[in-house]
Amino acid sequence: MTIHKRGKAPSLEPVAGNGLLDRRALLGRGIVFAGATTTGVGTLLTGAAAEPLKDDQWSLEMGSVVPAYQVPSRFEKDVIRTRSNPNNEFRNSHARTPHHLLQGTITPNGLFFSISHSGLPDIDPAQHKLVIHGLVKQPLVYTVESLSRYPMVTRMHFIECSGNSAPMFSNEPVQATAQALHGLVSNAEWTGVLLSTLLEETGIDPRAKWLLAEGADSLALHRSVPVKKALDDAMIALYQNGERVQPGNGYPMRLLLPGYQGNMNVKHVRRIKLIDQPAMSFFESKTYSQILPDGKMWLFHFVQEVKSFITHPSFGHSLNGPGYYEISGIAYSGNGRISKVMVSADGGKSWAQAALQAPVLPKAFTRFRMPWRWDGQPVVLQSRAWDESGEVQPLRADFVAARGQTDKPVTNPLGFPNQHYNSITSWGVDSAGGIKHVYA
Amino acid sequence: MCTRRSSPFALLLVLAFGAGTAVAETPGLGKPINEADIAAWNIEVLPDGTGLPPGSGTATQGAAIYSQKCAMCHGENGVNPAAGILPLVGPSKFDRIDTMKTVPYYKYATTLFDVMRRSMPYQMPKTLGNDELFALSAYILSLNKIIGENDVMDAKTLPQVKMPNRDNFIIWAPDKI
Repeated sequence: MTIHKRGKAPSLEPVAGNGLLDRRALLGRGIVFAGATTTGVGTLLTGAAAEPLKDDQWSLEMGSVVPAYQVPSRFEKDVIRTRSNPNNEFRNSHARTPHHLLQGTITPNGLFFSISHSGLPDIDPAQHKLVIHGLVKQPLVYTVESLSRYPMVTRMHFIECSGNSAPMFSNEPVQATAQALHGLVSNAEWTGVLLSTLLEETGIDPRAKWLLAEGADSLALHRSVPVKKALDDAMIALYQNGERVQPGNGYPMRLLLPGYQGNMNVKHVRRIKLIDQPAMSFFESKTYSQILPDGKMWLFHFVQEVKSFITHPSFGHSLNGPGYYEISGIAYSGNGRISKVMVSADGGKSWAQAALQAPVLPKAFTRFRMPWRWDGQPVVLQSRAWDESGEVQPLRADFVAARGQTDKPVTNPLGFPNQHYNSITSWGVDSAGGIKHVYA
Repeated sequence: MCTRRSSPFALLLVLAFGAGTAVAETPGLGKPINEADIAAWNIEVLPDGTGLPPGSGTATQGAAIYSQKCAMCHGENGVNPAAGILPLVGPSKFDRIDTMKTVPYYKYATTLFDVMRRSMPYQMPKTLGNDELFALSAYILSLNKIIGENDVMDAKTLPQVKMPNRDNFIIWAPDKI
């Protein structure tokens, strides 16, 4: 059989410093290293030969019972969320997504990040009610059962705590995994009823400029949301990755505000009241308001702006010798779709464009990938994302000049100044393959 | 309290979706309810004082309630709280990214009343009476020297309290609102 080549194979000469290769090498043709490279790194035919193959025990006996609800293999026991309050003391609890151990774009429900300010309420869905009232024509009460008969939509969206990545404001890099630094963002497929559908039924008084969304948790956590956003793409989400929303993510229903601060996506939502002014709730007027270096504070910094970080390789991994690796990570923006991700292996001196894994969806994770041939020398890996609105992920020097940083190093990665950080993350790889968090 | 008002309701949704667009058919399964029957949940207090109940209190009255119901977590006199819990007395100048934000950070004093009414005490929320809430508001504002020790807090005076940080807030993106 003759194989006809279509077009020219992509060059395997580096396209940017320290061995970044052309992303088109990932587009189905595979990577073929033509003989020994100039770096002396033979990747395919060198190294010890494989052991002779044999049957293992699991190939010789019947396996275990198939469970009703399956969980990952026991060998994956370390792929779990890290928790800030495992004994449920009287304070909030964070559980962070292990991005450095996951791939693709969908966060499994068991690993979806969660912040609870007063534990998880044990809500009976048959008793739960959602009331919409205030500046409406007719206040209405909905139940899980009644909402289940409404027209539904299914959309992929990330949710990010607006304090995610706050340890990055430390004046010295915190040595921690992508899970510890960036684990308060996750991405799921959400199914529910558009809030605009329900507001059509209640009607809206034109004096209503905001709505207050309130949860059924013990704090009755509430946030103010512009009516403009509510009519744009807000959803009462009932399902998360195909199954009912998890208790830690808002069972039996949550407000979903794609691209907006996680805390505004009110969990266990039981009340939506249309009002003529923002409520200035505890969480919007204090916790998620941001101090700027000039003594001013931002109110209503709702949009989680364009951001990316490399998950592979990253802190907690090590490289097993020179040769071929795939750099990959996630990018997302509360403004819409990711339009481009650039990757650098030399601390930002040169950049090459990464491949974006389709589909690239608005306000959702996009996985980027970059082929890389490491020559064994120290490198600094970075990613930088652009979105379709034209926003670009800021460089760290520019970002901290505008937004500030701490005077002293933050030693505890759970230290949490609740400030939105969307600048660049840098991983320094040393010649032994060890990986540190660095600023570059 | 916010109830039905007399002004005509415009068809804002029609405008939002484009004039002339037919409103899509919806199942109409929401059950009508009167505002009076929502009262138990209708607890928010807005910056202009909307939602504040009758009642009143002073710092002296609040101090006794605080010692009994609040100090175990937030610390005597609003300082030295339990681990993981913020104090209620703190700086009133904010220009560092990690400056501790406590009560003086709030733009409006109504936020303090509202969060106590809905969320506190943490172990048994929604149990404080109206006079207790005004007294605790007075006590905590007084601890921060935002009001005087003898000032009476009620539905009229609380929204008029000028918080020290009020004028330092800027709206991040007015076009998003």
